Amino acid sequence: MADFMQQVVAGLASGSIYASLALALVLIHRATGVINFAQGEMATLSTYIAWTLTTNHGWGYWPAFVFTLIVSFLGGAAIHQGVIRPNEKGSVLRVVIVTIGLLLAINGLVTLIWSGEVRAVKSPFPTRTVDVGGVAISIQDIGTIGVVVATVVVLWFLLQYTKLGLAMRAAATNPGEARLVGVRVTWMLSLGWGLAAVLGAISGMLAAPSVFLDPNLMAALLIYAFAAAVLGGIDSPVGAVVGGLTLGVGLNLLGTYVDFVGADLRLPGALLVILVVLLVRPSGVFGRREVRRV
Amino acid sequence: MRLDRSALPIAAFVALAVVVAVVPSFVSAFRAQQLAYVAIYLIALIGLNILTGYTGQISLGHGAFMAVGGYTTAILMADHGVKDIWTIPIAALLTGTVGFLFGLPALRLSGLYLALATFAIAVSTPAVIKRFEDFTGGGSGINLFGIPELTASLTPVTVLGKELAFNDWLYYLCWSVALVGYVLAWLLLRGRTGLALRAVRDSETAAQSSGVSLPKYKTLAFGVSAAYAGVAGSLFAIATTFVNPDTFPISLSILLLVGVVVGGLGSLAGLIAGAVFIQFLPDWSQRVSNSPGAPSVVSGVLLIALMYVLPTGVSGLVGRIRLLTRRG
Amino acid sequence: MTLLALEDVEARYGPVQALRGVALEVPEGAIVAVLGANGAGKTTTLRAVSGTVRWSGRITFAGKALGGGPESVARAGIAHVPEGRGTFTELTVNENLRLGAYTRRVRSLQADIDRMAQWFPWIPERAGQQAGTLSGGEQQMLALARALMARPRLLMLDEPSLGLAPMIVREIFRIVRELNEQEGLTVLVVEQDARIALQAASDAYVLEVGRVAVSGPSEELRENESVRRSYLGY
Repeated sequence: MADFMQQVVAGLASGSIYASLALALVLIHRATGVINFAQGEMATLSTYIAWTLTTNHGWGYWPAFVFTLIVSFLGGAAIHQGVIRPNEKGSVLRVVIVTIGLLLAINGLVTLIWSGEVRAVKSPFPTRTVDVGGVAISIQDIGTIGVVVATVVVLWFLLQYTKLGLAMRAAATNPGEARLVGVRVTWMLSLGWGLAAVLGAISGMLAAPSVFLDPNLMAALLIYAFAAAVLGGIDSPVGAVVGGLTLGVGLNLLGTYVDFVGADLRLPGALLVILVVLLVRPSGVFGRREVRRV
Repeated sequence: MRLDRSALPIAAFVALAVVVAVVPSFVSAFRAQQLAYVAIYLIALIGLNILTGYTGQISLGHGAFMAVGGYTTAILMADHGVKDIWTIPIAALLTGTVGFLFGLPALRLSGLYLALATFAIAVSTPAVIKRFEDFTGGGSGINLFGIPELTASLTPVTVLGKELAFNDWLYYLCWSVALVGYVLAWLLLRGRTGLALRAVRDSETAAQSSGVSLPKYKTLAFGVSAAYAGVAGSLFAIATTFVNPDTFPISLSILLLVGVVVGGLGSLAGLIAGAVFIQFLPDWSQRVSNSPGAPSVVSGVLLIALMYVLPTGVSGLVGRIRLLTRRG
Repeated sequence: MTLLALEDVEARYGPVQALRGVALEVPEGAIVAVLGANGAGKTTTLRAVSGTVRWSGRITFAGKALGGGPESVARAGIAHVPEGRGTFTELTVNENLRLGAYTRRVRSLQADIDRMAQWFPWIPERAGQQAGTLSGGEQQMLALARALMARPRLLMLDEPSLGLAPMIVREIFRIVRELNEQEGLTVLVVEQDARIALQAASDAYVLEVGRVAVSGPSEELRENESVRRSYLGY
């Protein structure tokens, strides 16, 4: 039982990392109708920036963390303004190509600047475990969950209770009408991209200590995030969070208790989730059915 | 020279065939090998072109189909003693069937979601290959170098009175297959089939109301396109004489889509340009910068710039693809 | 004084010319109606003013040239209730109202929301309800309330009667007339239902294939039988 609880907590921790990235994907899809294939690479870049600050410039972890979030926000907004906006009126293929282009460019950039070496990253949380009711729970897991929960709460508050958040939500769902009431829709969308970049950065920085830092840090994580987003509903923020946590716990338990799966098949497991959900209920658990107008 | 236009410029094609035939006499063995790879990518691009350019279904996973073809060939050669050439049609058939079977559920996915699903498949392919190691040789892969089933690998082979070393033989094999493949595609795409496929791309609803069976043509496109990728993968395995899970990474799938977009839809010249791009990009990027990651940056920036500067794409690719799930 | 003036305004949708030189004036404090058959260019006229469609010509608002996109037009004090209501169906009634006041920098919107309750008494009860679940008539009224939250100088209504029962349409026009009488709100309304529009408006313009065919005080148009028959359909 104790072992089970440990696995659940560990699953929740990895699940919150998926949730954070999935939330980023959902934000962007909801606002701009784009699936950002480059979300993972953007997160990787952010993580490298944080790493460089702490390792090569002696910054403290949390100052570097916050600084990276700010830079990521600006970067995400800039990418939307500079790269995505000119292509927004184009076809689906065009937008896919552009985000793929971003994926390639950013991945290459990271390799160019920092080389492909795998690096170890220190966790901001102590690696001890703490005794909770007889179960040894890793502080790092708790910390990870805590950071993501705090982020989601702040985001929730921003979106639900502020004028800006209201404008963002309006711009995402009804851009035409939003313009009529004076909302600068394009800026709101860039804001959305900025926030998504922040979420991605958090995801990357939390994942790095466990999976080590290399240019392909987020490649697999992106698939888990896609699975979470698809599972929860590609337009549902709540779905992204719930989907992420469920996926994290589910994959972890499957990997631990089902022999056939093992650690290697987690990625294909996520893939299976994506395929099954897309085929059976494309709108996801929390999503709404889309009607195709003839 | 569009892929489906009725009057295939026979002269141009013959000229190309002649050029292909004589080139190896003028270039080094290394260069011949590079050009062989160009042919391999060309085959894959012809297939992808049928899928994305003609029915508008976006695939970010054609590397996975190449893997199916590649491993089929490798396993048949290494474990079952089948001669390399005979593995090619088998790989085509097998991969085509897989593609067709995938095309069935894919009918329910459109645009972005299909891209997403194929992307996920391509990323997971190496992991899946590793998992079934009894079958695939796992992480260590399958080695084809020097086995008797591999033509010309140890001793030169004699074809039509001419003695060919491995690189040259490979070159002729790949280009013969490529030219045959092109002709087959051309035959397939002219007339009713091609018309139906293009109708599907331009407006699924309109096509349906005109009596075009969507499922039939979309899955057909998937199957055919996969078969081509399978052949490409098969030749790839023969060319590299080795396959392992990392032979067909996600970057390959991405590069194939890039190749179709950069080269442009429909014209053979465009597809050849795309194949050349894929093969020689790393070399060109090295001139810009010697560091790793440069090819990636170059292709990425190029893609973005291309969409910005030529939104209707080289050879009118992107503009002609109007997918229904456009954000409205 | 003339609050809004259009001069020789042209607009097109791709190859289709929708407006071929429309000229009209809206005096401050008046209700002006734009009438005409489907496709005559009524909606396009409003869209030109609000900057939702590209136009050429001259449009002046409160003496200054009007230009730019919808965002700046809204900031200038023009509230446009589009065809089909344009309510934010996924947001709550309250959120719709708050969005209406987006261009205003006020510390608290409560006073305005209370004011809306005065005109639309059902609003306070439904404050937290998702706007998409309201009936058609309620959504139209919500759209109107949302526009009013901006305290606009000019209210533009696009086919408020569309898809609504006559009783509700009458109610909406009653509210519009009262707002005009009590608060001096200037209104430009596009309508298919010429009869009810002419009852509320002081002046009207009838559009035909993108141009003004007939215009004048509502009384005149109402009493002119041939105008009624040819242009207004009754």
